[in-house]
Amino acid sequence: MHQTLLAAPLSHYIFLSTLLFCIGVFGVLFRRNAIIIFMCIELMLNAVNLLLAAFSVHHGDSQGQVFVFFIMAVAAAEVAVGLAILSMIYRNTGSVNIETLSNLKH
Amino acid sequence: MTHYFFYFLSFLAVLFAALVVRSKNPVHSVLYLVLTFFAIAGHYVLLNAQFLAAVHIIVYAGAIMVLFLYLLMMMNLNKDSEPRKPWQLQLAAVLASGLLLLVFSASVKQAEGLISTKPADNTIGLLDNLGKTLFNEFMLPFEVSSILFLIAMIGAVMLGKKEETSSKP
Repeated sequence: MHQTLLAAPLSHYIFLSTLLFCIGVFGVLFRRNAIIIFMCIELMLNAVNLLLAAFSVHHGDSQGQVFVFFIMAVAAAEVAVGLAILSMIYRNTGSVNIETLSNLKH
Repeated sequence: MTHYFFYFLSFLAVLFAALVVRSKNPVHSVLYLVLTFFAIAGHYVLLNAQFLAAVHIIVYAGAIMVLFLYLLMMMNLNKDSEPRKPWQLQLAAVLASGLLLLVFSASVKQAEGLISTKPADNTIGLLDNLGKTLFNEFMLPFEVSSILFLIAMIGAVMLGKKEETSSKP
């Protein structure tokens, strides 16, 4: 009875998620500020979340949306630990530029 | 009608995501990312996953982005202090992500006929259906995720504390 409410076919959701994911990859490669790189990782996670939700609705299976919850939980934990690491890096080196973190290279 | 909402929200999401990468000021990046998350929450509402939309707003815009903003304010990083990359690296970034986009969309285009979709059921995103799945089939992962949060909390506190003890002597 609810079948005509879907806004777009599944392929449009796939293309949107691909585009968002590639913007996230581009940000990770393009920027040097570690906080912005972190935000781009969040963007990629969100693209995957959107794709999982779209697939779950189009397949009539609610397990995909449960997976989105777990991804959100892992993302929240990851952000907490990652930002703690970033604040420690900032205290030790005085910047969040990832170019200063090249000690392993030499 | 909902068709136009989909394209409008997609346009907003992609536009704000591009602005996240492009803007010089990190605080502006955070605010654009919040707007991107709101657009994605609109997509969840269009997919009739209202509970997911609410959780998305609360967790991402409410918790994670506030944490980012708090860190930026605390470190006083809200100015443009980022040196530019050399143009070779910028070109490499553009090429790499563009090729990734090309490969992904080409493979998706090829696989479009293989994706089997059942007649869509718009009631699965509602709370009662989702709760039944979460607490029947995914009970153990749900409990394990609470342990994950505990470990993350302990880890964040330990990482935040470590500097004081090492800088004392």
